[in-house]
Amino acid sequence: MEILNEFIEVAANPAAYAAKIKASGRPVIGYYCSYTPEEIIHAAGMHPMRLFGSKGDTGIADRHLQAYCCSLVRGALAESLSGGLDYLSGTVFPHTCDSIQRLSDIWRLNTSHGFFADVVLPVKLNTESARRYMADVLDKFRKELESYFHLTISDEDLNASIRTYNAIRGSLKEIWELKSHNPGLLSGSDLSSIVRASMVMDREALKDDLRSLLEELGEGKPSGEAKGKRLMLVGNVCDHPDVYTLIERSGGQVVWDDLCTGSRYFEGMMEEGSDPISSIADRLFERQVCPAKHKSPTARGEHITAKAREHGVQGVVFLYLKFCDPHSFDYPYLREYLERAGIPSMLLEIEDRLPPEGQLLTRIETFTHML
Amino acid sequence: MSQTDAEKKRKFRSAKRMREIMTEYYIDAKTAGQSGKKVAWITSGGPVEPLIAMDVIPVYPENYGAMIGASHMGGDLCAKAEALGYSTDLCSYARADIACALENGGPIGGLPRPDMLVCCNNICGTVLKWYEIQARLFNVPLFIFDTPFCHVDFADEARRYVRSQLDEYIAFLEGICKTKFDHDRAMEVGRLSLKGQRLWQDVLDAAAHRPSPMTAFDAFFFLALIVTLRGTQKVVDFYTELLQEMKDRVEQGISAVENERYRLLWDNLPVWYRLKWLSDTFASHGACLVADTYTTAWCGSMKYIDENNFIESMAEAYTRIYLNIGVDEMVKTIFEMIDKYEVDGLVMHSNRSCKPYSFGQYDIMRMVQEKKGIPCMMLESHMVDERSFSESQASTRIDAFMEIVRQRGSRTGTAL
Ligand code: SF4
Ligand code: SF4
Repeated sequence: MEILNEFIEVAANPAAYAAKIKASGRPVIGYYCSYTPEEIIHAAGMHPMRLFGSKGDTGIADRHLQAYCCSLVRGALAESLSGGLDYLSGTVFPHTCDSIQRLSDIWRLNTSHGFFADVVLPVKLNTESARRYMADVLDKFRKELESYFHLTISDEDLNASIRTYNAIRGSLKEIWELKSHNPGLLSGSDLSSIVRASMVMDREALKDDLRSLLEELGEGKPSGEAKGKRLMLVGNVCDHPDVYTLIERSGGQVVWDDLCTGSRYFEGMMEEGSDPISSIADRLFERQVCPAKHKSPTARGEHITAKAREHGVQGVVFLYLKFCDPHSFDYPYLREYLERAGIPSMLLEIEDRLPPEGQLLTRIETFTHML
Repeated sequence: MSQTDAEKKRKFRSAKRMREIMTEYYIDAKTAGQSGKKVAWITSGGPVEPLIAMDVIPVYPENYGAMIGASHMGGDLCAKAEALGYSTDLCSYARADIACALENGGPIGGLPRPDMLVCCNNICGTVLKWYEIQARLFNVPLFIFDTPFCHVDFADEARRYVRSQLDEYIAFLEGICKTKFDHDRAMEVGRLSLKGQRLWQDVLDAAAHRPSPMTAFDAFFFLALIVTLRGTQKVVDFYTELLQEMKDRVEQGISAVENERYRLLWDNLPVWYRLKWLSDTFASHGACLVADTYTTAWCGSMKYIDENNFIESMAEAYTRIYLNIGVDEMVKTIFEMIDKYEVDGLVMHSNRSCKPYSFGQYDIMRMVQEKKGIPCMMLESHMVDERSFSESQASTRIDAFMEIVRQRGSRTGTAL
């Protein structure tokens, strides 16, 4: 499948792709979090680019960050300081966790990528005043882009962007659902590449590519009986395609996830044709929360258990970056919620690199065999 | 070892009164059920004045965390939280409190059960998660007072948002207490709160005198009242006395550290289980930690308070507290403190428990070195989890740092 290969290539080397966009004269705006109002960046005629942080040597970040900082934040800063993000014309930091909050300060004071914005979203997402504030903050972001780049972002631009994003998110969800129904159709690592590449590729082209991919996949033969135990990944970000491969080698397969680089990115549609800023705000307000935000004390437990049931999940793998406060705080209760629903889980804490393959295989194997 | 007269003289007479007040406070809180009063658990930087105006007893798990740390119970409790699945890398206040709440452990047999939880995220995102956990455990209403982070300023839309939450907060309290909110009473509480904050600032300012009548370690101790009882007459009375004691000490030439030669500034929370050790170690070098960024945080945003309109202006004051501002804003405060207290060096506690306080410290350190030209050191710990602290490592670092301070000489005197 040629299209699939394109996704895999982009996911493997997003910087090369971004450099091409930049060469075509379009400003590239980087971000680290799925709460970024990408639709507004896209509507401004710019290219929103999800960044994953460097996974190589991050020593250069040691001058700014203590050792007890998660590898995403450390890798992000290292990549910027070492010149790996010079193609950017700007960066956006939605407010989420304490670590990202301080990264934004350090970034503002030490890097220069042109445009810079903090989008200080509400932390609680369950009151009308918070909903209003969310819309106000997005509107301010729109104005900041307009004034820095000397342009106007019209409501029509925004509505067009909303349509594009609805199409993209809709397709991603369909692909995931196909995978859930017919896990043999697509390997986990390919699926992960598709999702991550979708946060990198030109969104108009992407919209069509995803449709074509869906058509091809739809014609794909059911792979016979699904092999492997049905698993769900829950965590912050997963930028390690190998994780999926290892899971498959250990007798499992990922059929759904609750990840920032997964369902939290594509779930939720925006209303088309109404007040666009409110539509974007409403989606961010209503979509499944990340643990740095609050909907109710039990929202994530209920959501994850429901999704696990819906997708016939036999076991959950919590995949966390070490030193991640919001996710670590949620872990014991989520585990308990799942237990009560009869779904066992395991925790994999990883730093910038995956633990040795053998060790990982043994741990996941032990888990899948128990299911 | 018998205490010398000088040592005896250095002891604060107010310390006893302070212990009495805190004991009374905890007894009141723990017997709230019998007196028919409601108890709210609230975060240390939370808007407590409306609670006091409603006769609700505020209880501060963070203050309790400090007690746990000071009584060396942190390691054990944190280990219990870890056994429940909480990572060792999480805030040790939170870990200790989570363990305590389940088994009524800790110094005074646990905190009284809350009737409600009030969580203000102006200090961190940790409290959000922590209060969600307690909301599930106790199954009581949770109010989140969401104070948008002020990287560079307090934006208009944030101001409107916080302002509207004040009304929601009051409605929340009215719902639980089933009484009307009394605005006049709240005004009075507000006035007392501001008075208390002013007095607390005056107490801290006494350290500007050379030699200083107090150290930051004393401030860590006396802090408990402005945290737990602000908005009451008790705080005003107590700090009035304490301030008088500071003045007396200055007059009588009582210095907190014998032969004070160097004056240092402390950044971040205390290392609760090594207060005495740290204090002695620095004192043995003739160094007095005269001030700190932590205890100052409870009076740092007074400038935003309008005495005649406390409730309205409180929105801004609570949003712009020290931890809810950008690194460059924090540096401004640190610069002011370095000048005000004539500081010769900066000791930064790199606190694994508190990421929002600790990330950015390296940048602050560089700015201080560049602009103020004073030496800085970093000391790593988990503020109430004593298991990770190494005295020998810390003491080597302190020795090396004090050597540099000595070579530079004190800011006003010469090298000794
Ligand atoms: S992994 Fe966790 S700590 Fe790191 S940026 Fe994401 S939410 Fe924050
Ligand atoms: S120590 Fe830091 S992380 Fe812990 S509750 Fe206090 S401000 Fe939050």
